[in-house]
Amino acid sequence: MSTLRTVPARDPGFLADTWNVMTRELRPVLRQPVSVLFAMVQPLVFLALFAPLLPDGGPGGSALQWFVPGIVAMTALMSASFTGANLTEEIVTGSHERLLVSPLSRPAQLVGRALKEVVPMLMQTAIILVAVTPFSFDLHLGGVLVGMLVLALLAVGIGALSFTLALVSKEQQWLFWTVQQTLIFPLLLTAGVLLPLDEAPRWLEVASHVNPLTYVVEAERALFTGAFPADTVLAGFVAAGVTALAGLLIGVRAMNRSS
Amino acid sequence: MIRTRGLTRSFTRQKHTIEAVRGLDLEVAAGELVAFLGPNGAGKSTTLRMLTTLIAPTSGTAEVVGHEVVRERAAVRRSIGYVGQGNAAGHQQRGRDEIVSQARAYGMSRSAAHARAEELLAAFDLTEHAGRPVATLSGGQRRRLDVAIGLVAAPPLLFLDEPSTGLDPQNRVNLQEQVRRLHTDLGTTIVLTTHYLEEADALAGRVVVIDHGEVIADDSAPRLKSALGDLVSLGFADPAHAAAAAARAERFDGAQVEVSGTDVAIRVAHGRDLAGGLVADLAAAGTPVSRIEVVGPTLDDVFLDLTGRSLRESTPADQPDRSELEGAAA
Repeated sequence: MSTLRTVPARDPGFLADTWNVMTRELRPVLRQPVSVLFAMVQPLVFLALFAPLLPDGGPGGSALQWFVPGIVAMTALMSASFTGANLTEEIVTGSHERLLVSPLSRPAQLVGRALKEVVPMLMQTAIILVAVTPFSFDLHLGGVLVGMLVLALLAVGIGALSFTLALVSKEQQWLFWTVQQTLIFPLLLTAGVLLPLDEAPRWLEVASHVNPLTYVVEAERALFTGAFPADTVLAGFVAAGVTALAGLLIGVRAMNRSS
Repeated sequence: MIRTRGLTRSFTRQKHTIEAVRGLDLEVAAGELVAFLGPNGAGKSTTLRMLTTLIAPTSGTAEVVGHEVVRERAAVRRSIGYVGQGNAAGHQQRGRDEIVSQARAYGMSRSAAHARAEELLAAFDLTEHAGRPVATLSGGQRRRLDVAIGLVAAPPLLFLDEPSTGLDPQNRVNLQEQVRRLHTDLGTTIVLTTHYLEEADALAGRVVVIDHGEVIADDSAPRLKSALGDLVSLGFADPAHAAAAAARAERFDGAQVEVSGTDVAIRVAHGRDLAGGLVADLAAAGTPVSRIEVVGPTLDDVFLDLTGRSLRESTPADQPDRSELEGAAA
């Protein structure tokens, strides 16, 4: 003990803090990559049991070509929406409080956590693509890469909102899961992830139009066929970008108020 | 090191406002080891949470290491170490990673952060456990890791919020020894909250007793106890002898005397010194003492004397716990 030295503190700055938080969040994922499969269970079940029921002959050709982009978006959404559960655990056990008292900037604590969501999203997408490419799915790498950019924005936004929900829920983990589960399926279904909404009633059409995930899924479907329709892709970017911006702003506000 | 003036924090729950801390005036000088002692809900942790910038005061001011806790939060956070009631390390993380991450938050270079981590792991006998997930560590190992993380920047001021809660007696003693060494070897100013009387008694040079959000006593443990006096218990064969002994004991300056059947309890300063003479006098007067016991005061006796309640049994039903209060306030 007597060897312990006094270390002067200095401010590393927002970017270094963000990197510190992001790498801290990533370490458990990279040490146990199998953990990314947790959020993929439902999407993979849908992929295995639902896709064979869909008829071929859509805009992309095979049913799989139409279905996979939706499943990729679904996985990104589910994974990012689950992520706040890790924060609720840290709130309960105490490490969140330690970070709040540390010199780490509060905005960096939210942004770093949200940015980390990009990595599991990429890992999950790679797993899905590896699983479906041997079947009737044509891999268009350029479109997929642009699609990943859109999904990265979405994952950051949804991740930030998930952390916000965790901060609001505090020790009440049941509240986090109730809200998360209540919101997730209406978002997925009104975005047409599982079924096309062409024949949907008017109210469902309206719900679909106000759901940002709809535009993301449409952009992914176009990009995964190797097409780059400017209006669809732009709408996807705007929807994901607005989600990311709104999520980060709301999340940073919640983190600043966290105690 | 710490200076508060009129520091107040109230919480509102269902239109009912509770003042958890009421107008606290406090000064802690560099190098002190101060224990905030009080029952659950007394306001100890709320005070600590204001001083560590976790919550803002409702009114009043507080300066910590020369920085105002509301306007200069970032500077306060860079100047203090904090060990909360919970675990500092995430349960999915590894101990070494958490110390390095904390060191990087204080602006240390990567190599300095790793060197610091190894130094702290060795100091707290955690080196061989540093690569394991925190969830797999024992309660004592986790608590030592909490303290190690709190000391990363070797802060001039360290806050410890109920550091021994949840530890078995052996680990509690170990932790107290480490806290003592931190104070003596590094000169770290330490403020800790506790409801363990023995901990406050053994560790702190100064005890601040808090109840219902107010400081009701502030002095060293020996002085607080000596002001109260020793408890001299006498037993007699006959109630009449007990009454006679009580009448004699009441002549002592400041003595508090209670008679219960054949027993007499006398609370009096320097009771240990007076007891021998009293017993001899009583024997000479034909009232022989059949039993005598002299007990020095404890901090619980001090609390009982100040509040009429025992600290050991005191968990006020009208004081909701912190999570309830802050949940309502958010």
